[in-house]
Amino acid sequence: MTLGLINANPVVHAKKERIARTDDPHADDAVDPLEIYDILYVRDIRDPEHPYSLEQLSVLSEESITVDEKLGRILITFTPTIQHCSMATVIGLCLREKLKDYFPPHFKVDIKVAPGSHANEESVNKQLNDKERVAAALENPNLRQLVDECLYSSEL
Amino acid sequence: METRAPVQWIKHIEQYVKSSATPSQQAASVDAVATLIKNDTLTLEALVRGMEMYLTTTDSIIRSRGILLLGEILEQLTSKPLNSTSISSLIGFFTERLADWKALRGAIVGCLALLRRQNDSGIVTDSEAKAVAQSYLQNLQVQSLGQHDRKLSFQLMECLLDRYPGAIEDLGDNIVYGICEAIDGEKDPQCLLIVFRIVEILGRSYSGPLEEFEGDLLEILGSYFPIHFTHPKGEDDGVKRELSRALMLAFASTPIFEPFVIPLLLEKLSSSLPSAKVESLRYLSYCTTEYGPYRMAMHDETLWSCLKEVTYISPQSTLAMESESMGGMNFQESDVMKQAFILLQEVIRQSGDFISLIIGDNDILLFLNSLNQYKEFDAIPVQDKQRLHAVGHILTTCAKPSVALCNKVFKSVFPLLMDHLELSVAKPSENSYLDEDCVCPVKFNFGALYLCVELLAACRYMTVSLDNCTSVPGFSDQTWCAMLSDFSKSLVEAFISLLRSSVADKPQSAYVYFGVKGLQVLATFPESFPPVSKSIYDKILLELVSIVTSDCSKAFLWTLALKALVEIGCFIDKCPDSEKAVSFESIVVEKIVSLISSDDSALPSSLKLQAAFEIGATRKVFMLTVAQGLDEAINTIFSEKNDHWNPESDKLMVKLLDTYSQKVLPWFLEIGGPEEIPLNFALSIWDMIENRRSLNLNPLEPTSDVLGATMTAMKKAVGSCSKESQEIIINKAFGVLFSRLQQTHNLGNSSGRDEWLTSLFASVVIALRPQTNIPNGKMILQLFIISLLNGHIPSAHALGSLVNKLPLEITGMDSSRSFSLNEALDMIFHNFIGTSRYDNTSVNDGSGVNISSLRLNTLRIQSEINTVIGLAWIGKGLLMRGHEKVKDVTMALLSFLMLDREAAVVKQFQNLIEEFDEEDVHRLMICAGDAFCIIMSDSEECLNRTYHAIIRPLYKQRFFSTIMPIFLSLVVKSESSLLRSMLYRAFAHVLSDTPTTAILLEAKKLLPMLLDCLSMLSKDVMNKKIIYNVLLVISGILLEKNGQEAAVENAPSIVDQLIELTAYSHMMAVRETAIQCLVAVSELPHARIYPLRTKVLRATSKALDDPKRIVRQEAVRCRQAWASIATRSLHF
Repeated sequence: MTLGLINANPVVHAKKERIARTDDPHADDAVDPLEIYDILYVRDIRDPEHPYSLEQLSVLSEESITVDEKLGRILITFTPTIQHCSMATVIGLCLREKLKDYFPPHFKVDIKVAPGSHANEESVNKQLNDKERVAAALENPNLRQLVDECLYSSEL
Repeated sequence: METRAPVQWIKHIEQYVKSSATPSQQAASVDAVATLIKNDTLTLEALVRGMEMYLTTTDSIIRSRGILLLGEILEQLTSKPLNSTSISSLIGFFTERLADWKALRGAIVGCLALLRRQNDSGIVTDSEAKAVAQSYLQNLQVQSLGQHDRKLSFQLMECLLDRYPGAIEDLGDNIVYGICEAIDGEKDPQCLLIVFRIVEILGRSYSGPLEEFEGDLLEILGSYFPIHFTHPKGEDDGVKRELSRALMLAFASTPIFEPFVIPLLLEKLSSSLPSAKVESLRYLSYCTTEYGPYRMAMHDETLWSCLKEVTYISPQSTLAMESESMGGMNFQESDVMKQAFILLQEVIRQSGDFISLIIGDNDILLFLNSLNQYKEFDAIPVQDKQRLHAVGHILTTCAKPSVALCNKVFKSVFPLLMDHLELSVAKPSENSYLDEDCVCPVKFNFGALYLCVELLAACRYMTVSLDNCTSVPGFSDQTWCAMLSDFSKSLVEAFISLLRSSVADKPQSAYVYFGVKGLQVLATFPESFPPVSKSIYDKILLELVSIVTSDCSKAFLWTLALKALVEIGCFIDKCPDSEKAVSFESIVVEKIVSLISSDDSALPSSLKLQAAFEIGATRKVFMLTVAQGLDEAINTIFSEKNDHWNPESDKLMVKLLDTYSQKVLPWFLEIGGPEEIPLNFALSIWDMIENRRSLNLNPLEPTSDVLGATMTAMKKAVGSCSKESQEIIINKAFGVLFSRLQQTHNLGNSSGRDEWLTSLFASVVIALRPQTNIPNGKMILQLFIISLLNGHIPSAHALGSLVNKLPLEITGMDSSRSFSLNEALDMIFHNFIGTSRYDNTSVNDGSGVNISSLRLNTLRIQSEINTVIGLAWIGKGLLMRGHEKVKDVTMALLSFLMLDREAAVVKQFQNLIEEFDEEDVHRLMICAGDAFCIIMSDSEECLNRTYHAIIRPLYKQRFFSTIMPIFLSLVVKSESSLLRSMLYRAFAHVLSDTPTTAILLEAKKLLPMLLDCLSMLSKDVMNKKIIYNVLLVISGILLEKNGQEAAVENAPSIVDQLIELTAYSHMMAVRETAIQCLVAVSELPHARIYPLRTKVLRATSKALDDPKRIVRQEAVRCRQAWASIATRSLHF
């Protein structure tokens, strides 16, 4: 049995230009939202349903990431394309996996859906920020495969 | 033969006609038969007779193929002479066949082939061509044919029109009617291109028959304008341009089309599509020139209203990016506007009456009368600025083409502008603005100022283009000239008072920009032009110069004034007329040059020098004056230094010398100026030093900045001289030096003044050409050797240059004065190493060490270090010219390198070495290692192309290949870690300057050593630069195919070493490069690197937390690369 796509016709936005940083060797090299967004390629994660990046579907933007380096906390808020998107948890898992692999482990990462953008906002948030549940989800081979496909997709 | 040949060609025909034949087979058959006919093996009659069956059969498919074959064969025979009988029977046949719609293509191809024949090989007669045309008109329904057939039939028509005008003329109206019918509704771009050409030919050569039908014809063509594809594809751009041009030529082919074309174009101009507007303006400009003024006159009014609409009423222009620095009025015009101005220019040039429309236009007049609204620049809204710009552009376009037009524009506009500027005709006594300084009663009307300056610029353009440096006496009689002369004085005064008033205080003020521009325009009218008299010209120059010399606080004004002066100077250079050039020189150049040496002006010296150089660059004579001024200034400072030395004059000196060596000398070199400049400069410096001899000696402090700048300037100057001049300089320099030496009786005394002398002398020697004779070589060499041992580095450079350039053998008469390389080397080795070329047998016995020959002249360690540095430069000089003695030098350096206390080789010198403490020996060894860096790297100071070094190609590769085996064996032998680290130091220096291609050949041998070298050197923080260079070598190896093969074998150790360096805390570039190398390693064969994966991923996870962002970024890339060689995941 094949289910139809959850959001068959998403709105696709243009890719933004990569912002070139000024080459100042003495610049403050602290971690900032742009780095997470741009340098660490969060924007290039593929959507689970469509061959577009999360940036193109406007799920993520630079503004939706906040960093507090002193406390070592990162908060990522993303906006699912539609209210009932059951892929929201998969997107969240992808973000978490990517940051785990490509980011120093001493940061605490919180991942949330933007307030009001999802029907089951609370339960999604809860799932994404529960260590046990995340670990369990990633042990599921089907989910694991889906997440890997999103992270290492060459379709973009 | 007779019997076999027919069989053969009939086979070809059968092959062609066969329904299964492929296009390439058919082409082959056509070629074969055509060759037979060309060779006269087969006659055309025989062919036709043989093909009779195919040409006349009732099976239309075979018939069409047969006819096509005949046509294509004829196509190949265009240069073969045919007699008139065969041509007329063939053309008759094809003409008749045009009626056979089932076999049409062959008939058209045949007709075309015959009609296109050239005169010398037999052509179709006019009457036959007429028959073809008639048959064409009767039988062909072009629009019902396929694309290719349509194209062919259009080509046939084009050919008929083009080649047989006599035949076509007879057909009269029919032909035009027939063409209309044929082309109506054509849509294919390729066919259309031919259609447009047909109409063009028709228009050009058949205006008679056209009379009746031009309306119909243009109705058909008009629907194609503007060329626009509804389904655009990428490659359409070129096609579109070609079509558009063809259509334009068709439209403009005859003036008869005018009543239809111009209204059409004007109508399309009102379309909202910008591309349509641009196209119609372009067509209009072209048609205007082609139709002529008589035809166009009746459209003048409509044309003007259209142009006004585009340019004035709704101008489409945007403020350009750099507008601020251009006075805030630099508008970027849209394509429509640009095209409109081209059209305007064309129309005005064509008809003199058009201008009255513009001048008399109510809107323009209204605008000019209401200029009072635009008094304050900042208060003008952008839209009105656009208008102002448009009006300015319209007026200048009107004034530019001719004197008469300029008169008209001036008559109607100029008095109005003067009124707005509140200027009156200047009376000799009246001098209202200038006398009362600083008081600026009038607030200038910006609009009027802008238009006035633009108009003046247009006049200048016109006069210069007419004048072309020859005087035209008629100028003074012209109205505009008379008007301008009345006002020129007060205009100049007005501009000047504007610059002096308070508006100039504002940065980037538009008033200032146009004030300066006005002055510049007035000053660049040609000499023959009366309104700007010499006194006015002088006044303008004085004002600009006084701004440049005093007013650096207003940077914008200062830059503009300088730029204006440069423009005026350049203009003088183009028209070298005497009077103004004299004024310019006396007012501007002399003033600016006098500025250089005066120190009381408020201007910073760097600005002074910039001004002097830019003004000087306008003309060679001026630059000579500037160079002289610089010389004098340098001289003054030198002599001042005796009395009271202050750091300020030092700074000025450095700037003066830098200007000389970086700007003035290169400028002269570029224009191929006289050689006296560098020669005189060098000589004058030596003069100065000579004259100072009698004065007190100590105050010439060896202030490094001044000395360095003087040396650079000296090197540059000497380097740009010829052999003869160089000999003069070196003789002079030697004279000064020698007399000084006689005074002190002490070679190499290291007082400050002697250091100056020796350094400058070294600079001269460094820059000499190889051909230049050097007097008293021995003495010079001795001097350098002694001062080198006292730690004078420029002497080492000079020694290197000497051994690089001295002649191998002395030839000719003056052998007594000259000095050969071998003599020099003997002296050098005697002093440094204690060997000469006659007893160097013991130098190298494979171990490469010959300490016994090492003469430690003094026991002071510093002098040993100096010796090493000297040897390095000498070695470099020898290596570059490819001299074998470089080996001895290298060996000596190696022996210094291995002065390790514990090393067995120096046992016999134990006692000697023990006199130094360990630290000193260490220092000496490091210095010897770094000597290899000197030998291999390129130097700015000496031994390069600017200073005429002898450079053999591939010398670096050669050194690399000789020294590498020695290093390898020494490393293997050496036991102490200190010794090894020193060897690796030298090894790293050599490798990092060797071209990658040479390294790649040896990659297999080198890689283990490189890795060992890295681990050895990374223990000391001081080595970070070397480590970085070695890493770059490794990355070079990893990126090349040959190198990768070598890397595969050593992959585990490479990875281990790189991982260690990813945590190298002393230098970010090392960490970054190490990670990049790891990425490169991931490209190696999987089987080899897979076991290393976990290690790399673990190491790079630490790099993810690096304090530098660039390193983190590279770490991410690296992890991705390594993750993707396996399961695509990072889990291990």
